[in-house]
Amino acid sequence: MKLLKVSGTIILSSSLLFGCASNAEKTSTSEKVKAKAPTSQAELTGVTDEYRAYAIGEIEAFVKATDAFTTAVKNGAIEQAKSLYGPARMHYERAEPIAEVFGDLDPKIDAREGDVPEAEWGGYHRIEKGLWIDKTTKGYEQYAEQLMKDVNLLRAKVDTVEVTPELLITGAVDLLNEVSTSKVTGEEDRYSHTDLYDFAANVEGAEKIYQLLAPALKKKDEAVAKEIEARFTDVYNLLNQHKKGEGYKLYTELSEGEVKGLSQAIDALAEPLSQIGLVTEAS
Amino acid sequence: MEKNTNIIDKSSDIGKKISRRDILKTAGVGGVGVILGASGLGGLLSITESKATTKEAHEIVPFYGKQQSGITTKTQNHVYFVSLDVTTSKKEDLVQLFKDWTKASALLSEGKAVGDLSSNEFLPPKDTGEAAGLSASNLTVTFGVGPSLFVKDSQDRFGLKHKQPSELVDLPKFPLDALEDEWTGGDLCIQACADDLQVAFHAVRNLIRIARGKAILRWAQTGFQRTKQADSKNETPRNLFGFKDGSINPDVNDEKEMNKQVWVQPGDGPDWLVNGSYLVVRRIQMFIEVWDRSTLKEQENTFGRYRDSGAPFGKKNEFDPLDLKHKNDKGEYSLPVNSHTRLSHGDGSQQILRRAYSYSDGMDLKTGSFDAGLLFLCFQRSPSKQFIPIQNRLAKMDKLNEYTSHKGSAIFACLPGTKPGGFIGETLFN
Repeated sequence: MKLLKVSGTIILSSSLLFGCASNAEKTSTSEKVKAKAPTSQAELTGVTDEYRAYAIGEIEAFVKATDAFTTAVKNGAIEQAKSLYGPARMHYERAEPIAEVFGDLDPKIDAREGDVPEAEWGGYHRIEKGLWIDKTTKGYEQYAEQLMKDVNLLRAKVDTVEVTPELLITGAVDLLNEVSTSKVTGEEDRYSHTDLYDFAANVEGAEKIYQLLAPALKKKDEAVAKEIEARFTDVYNLLNQHKKGEGYKLYTELSEGEVKGLSQAIDALAEPLSQIGLVTEAS
Repeated sequence: MEKNTNIIDKSSDIGKKISRRDILKTAGVGGVGVILGASGLGGLLSITESKATTKEAHEIVPFYGKQQSGITTKTQNHVYFVSLDVTTSKKEDLVQLFKDWTKASALLSEGKAVGDLSSNEFLPPKDTGEAAGLSASNLTVTFGVGPSLFVKDSQDRFGLKHKQPSELVDLPKFPLDALEDEWTGGDLCIQACADDLQVAFHAVRNLIRIARGKAILRWAQTGFQRTKQADSKNETPRNLFGFKDGSINPDVNDEKEMNKQVWVQPGDGPDWLVNGSYLVVRRIQMFIEVWDRSTLKEQENTFGRYRDSGAPFGKKNEFDPLDLKHKNDKGEYSLPVNSHTRLSHGDGSQQILRRAYSYSDGMDLKTGSFDAGLLFLCFQRSPSKQFIPIQNRLAKMDKLNEYTSHKGSAIFACLPGTKPGGFIGETLFN
């Protein structure tokens, strides 16, 4: 593949980049990267607005699903709570690039055992442990209560997020990296083994970003876009083999070979997807 | 910023430390301006070119040629060997993969990065970077195709079935084989050898990255030999049993001999493999704990050689010819009938070019012993006339079998070499 000699950071302009501190340190960067306005800047701005709407939509759905889930916990409806757990989390996992911007809320909602000191541990996974290991909702009402508060707070804060093209570019691959590092290993939902729900949601979230950037990407490199689409299809084909009714099989029902197959399919997708930054290049 | 300081430091010692490559690389990153002003890039280049390239030329094995490198190349210190499964079902993907691999390997073997350094911060770098600044370290990258590339589950996967050589079939099951799926077979292989393991790993890593979506890792094994630094006399390396291994090997500098023993010749089989070679790989676990508690006499009887000198029984020096006929006063052959040296040699009519490496993979989780042994790699013109009869003899009665277990096995046809502009595999795929 021919390498493009690039001249652009492009998007830097008006929007505040996340993690721009490191950028400021590298003063030499500004020399080599001439902030040339890309032809597609307007296009990318439209995309960030669309993504914002998508992410807020998912967070809103997450609020509703969390409400149903926490209500079930508080009512002691353990089976109902268990059936709501996996699907509810999918909304959060789809919108993860946005959700995790709030470094204080993400651990409260989504920390796994051992991620935070025991005394501070609450949120989805704490309740998961109650439902599947302790097999009770008793004593977990307070966690349900707090979780709902935190999710409501997340919804309120999401409005303040500034979505930049960089957030999208890194977010797409980050979602798949999440899959590679914690879903594939089965450690995300270690009590309920509903990891495939999170897995699928991360992939869907990445695909959404891809779809938004696809028109711009196709102008720069049609072949990469085609490859990405083919690899998404491969991953979905594999995931579909593990569907069960409305949802997915338990992660523990997968053979070692099937887990490896999923992992390698994610690698095969994430490699071309990592070229999505091509959209920043001036044509 | 740090880079600039480096350059200034180095420039006091120009010629010895900065190679032309370094400068170009640094220039690519930007910030070479400091030196430019001071001395002018042109002048600097002319100084470094003469000295640095001569030094580097010693560490570069040419990638292009009639045959692939890494076969008759003097054995480097390390190997990183991988077997791959092809996941794409399209022949054009496979062809593109070999084209991309060829380009990348040609760069890698010159100690270069696999892609230009992109200055776009929003893209991952083309090259993974861990070999930046390192010499080519005599890197060779050798590609092979396995039987399952042609036919798998009775499917003619890529329309190549009619090109499958009759010699390129799964090896027969030998007595005592304890093969494990996870160490066996493969559609393709890459053998990366270098005098530096990081350089070898970097090559494989980048080639696997290029293959993503087309091929996946099936198994991987590193191997080592004593380094050239540790063995300035360049003696035959010792295996993990402490014995010299590979004393009898055909002379890689004898072209006639190589054509006879190693390179596939016209008329041997399909023309596409002429100037290629068959590679047999065996991952042989060595029970070193057991070995270490056997007596020296037992150890030497096992090999039929003296441990210290490497000389065959009854001789003084390592390279003295074997005396297969000599008997002791009890009427037994001095070189025991079940000794490794005697059985490997047979009647001397079969030879293989061995390029074996030791491996150590931490602990065997089942037993708590070392998982260590030999990554046996050998090249030949005809497995059915070379490796297979030798291994049949060894598997039946080699005394060494008490201390080893063959856990992995694969056969590949290493493709012929190519010229700049061509690609490895062109004779097979076109």
